Amino acid sequence: MRLPRLPHVTGWRPIATILILAGALAATARFTLGLGATTNLSDAFPWGLWIGFDFLGIGLAASGFTIVAAVHLFHAHEYEPIVRPAILTAFIGYLLVVLVLIIDLGRPDHFWHPLVMWNPHSVMCEISWCLMLYTTVLSLEFAPIVLEKFNIHSPIKWIHAVSLPFMIFGVLLSTLHQSSFGSLYLIVPNRLHPLWYTPLLPGLFFISCIASGLSMVTLESLLFSRNGRPFLPTHLQAKLAKIVALALAVYLVVRIQDLLSRGTLHEMITLSYYSVAFYAELSIGFLIPFAMLLFEKVRTSQTGLYVASLLVVLGFAFNRMNTAITGLEHYPSQTYFPSLIEVFIMLGITAIGFCAFSYIAQYLPVFKTAEPEPAHPQEEAPSRVEEPLFVASQWDDPRPS
Amino acid sequence: MAKKKAMLIDVSLCVGCNACQAGCKAQNGQPPNEEKFLSLTAYTALSKYNDLYVRRMCQHCDVPTCVSVCPVGALTKSELGPVSYDGEKCIGCRYCLQACPFHVPKYEWSSTKPSIRKCTFCAARLAKGQPTACSEACPTGATTFGDRDQLLIEAARRIGAEPGKYVPKIYGEQDVGGTSMLFISPVPFEQLGFDSRLGKTPMPLLTMSALSKVPNVLSVGGVLLAGIWWITDRRTEVQAYEASEASKKKGAAIQPKDDA
Repeated sequence: MRLPRLPHVTGWRPIATILILAGALAATARFTLGLGATTNLSDAFPWGLWIGFDFLGIGLAASGFTIVAAVHLFHAHEYEPIVRPAILTAFIGYLLVVLVLIIDLGRPDHFWHPLVMWNPHSVMCEISWCLMLYTTVLSLEFAPIVLEKFNIHSPIKWIHAVSLPFMIFGVLLSTLHQSSFGSLYLIVPNRLHPLWYTPLLPGLFFISCIASGLSMVTLESLLFSRNGRPFLPTHLQAKLAKIVALALAVYLVVRIQDLLSRGTLHEMITLSYYSVAFYAELSIGFLIPFAMLLFEKVRTSQTGLYVASLLVVLGFAFNRMNTAITGLEHYPSQTYFPSLIEVFIMLGITAIGFCAFSYIAQYLPVFKTAEPEPAHPQEEAPSRVEEPLFVASQWDDPRPS
Repeated sequence: MAKKKAMLIDVSLCVGCNACQAGCKAQNGQPPNEEKFLSLTAYTALSKYNDLYVRRMCQHCDVPTCVSVCPVGALTKSELGPVSYDGEKCIGCRYCLQACPFHVPKYEWSSTKPSIRKCTFCAARLAKGQPTACSEACPTGATTFGDRDQLLIEAARRIGAEPGKYVPKIYGEQDVGGTSMLFISPVPFEQLGFDSRLGKTPMPLLTMSALSKVPNVLSVGGVLLAGIWWITDRRTEVQAYEASEASKKKGAAIQPKDDA
């Protein structure tokens, strides 16, 4: 199988540098002038682009917990090659989201308050705790990659000894806060448009993050392929794609059933500012990729997977931005559009994320070169054959196979 | 325990003189100019609907949404009724602005150390046994201050005495779980800008339905995941053992290839 030409971003270094510098300037402006002068946020629209970005970052980083659960808790060891990229994505994603949250806070100097001043009734408090604890778990999961690079092996053994409860805890924390981002909006039934408001928001947020997280990891496996080979053998990528399709199908059934049962048919069939956004989100992110992934041909084609995964990620972004922004607008009297400074801070932080990922992937043992794909993948056992070629992963089961 | 305080606002008695706002501004040391909307410098304001005026201010809900959403507990509900704010705790997440069903909290957007501002229900005065500044300033009795249960009786009495003059509803008696601000009106409340979509259920219950599942997710989920780990781990072990037994039988030294 030949890998098709995926778009190569040339000259991304100067672009990223400019974006990061612009973001740093914008952040300086935000801290010296305050939120009012630098953002388009207002009393009527207290949350904007940055909150949408947080949802997006956390959702795309969901691969961290799904892949760790699949490989280390469910023993699907054939997915071992994407564990580290998934953990790295999640780690970077979470650190950046925490950074954006701190920039977004009116009193960044008080960011530590949720640690000592609890309010168990607040979803925001639960999210703060989950974010903090899960980022700690991620740093433990990420540590062996760094330690391995510098040949420091004793802490790795120590981390390995306690890894199981930590991984379980990490998966639970992720389940909680991925859905809690949806729970944030349970309290605004009078503000959020009926096309997005539903008591099922936490469940829908959770199902969609599984699809987007796995799509993100598929994209990475394709984009960071070396010597024309993706990191996962074709049949494993196809299997991941099947899980994505399943998540999309469950999402679609639950979402549409819920919309109909709450009597929003009228909102769905009338053409409006909201219904256009709704259909854009639903078709780009859910219907089209689901239909595509139904075909074996798409699931086993690099281009097909690339397009479908990109659509899932885009549609996911649409969904989160619609929930955080479009659904809360009162079109046309009260709308929100981010200011340049808001946009630059977001772009700068995104650029930091991409740079961090690509440099870390370059210098640390994140992507382990895979065995050339066998001509007939089904005939040979994939995982164990490849194993000797890997640097033995410290997360691996130590027992002999 | 001190009795819960409240204010009764009789829309039919309000003449739109704005004395309540003036009294409020004087009490809070704010510039005395007249304002039509709630702002950082106006904790109460009059909205005009045809010939009727309605006061807007913090409702000081019995089960306040803002208190429930605040991650650090910067907003608290006191026994007497006031929902109070502590800027020293506030992290500026603005969830209270997002969640308040009455769009009450206002934010100091232009400050680099911003706080929220809203009606305090003259908490300091109440603690000293004094009425609120706005109720003292009201010349027509449109705003009266007192014990909440007494004011509910009074509101019901007025409605009962002149059924033609009022719609048979005390807004705030049960809405969003009950509020400290009680309104009676000659026209339906929807016509006065009250959000008819808000029910009688306190908003925080909507969140609690999800948050109350957290302990279950942690305990059941933890056991479930550990169980799946144990089963799949055992399966891998057994497969490896069977494979090695099989290869021993064959007498071959090569490692088994197929265990997928």
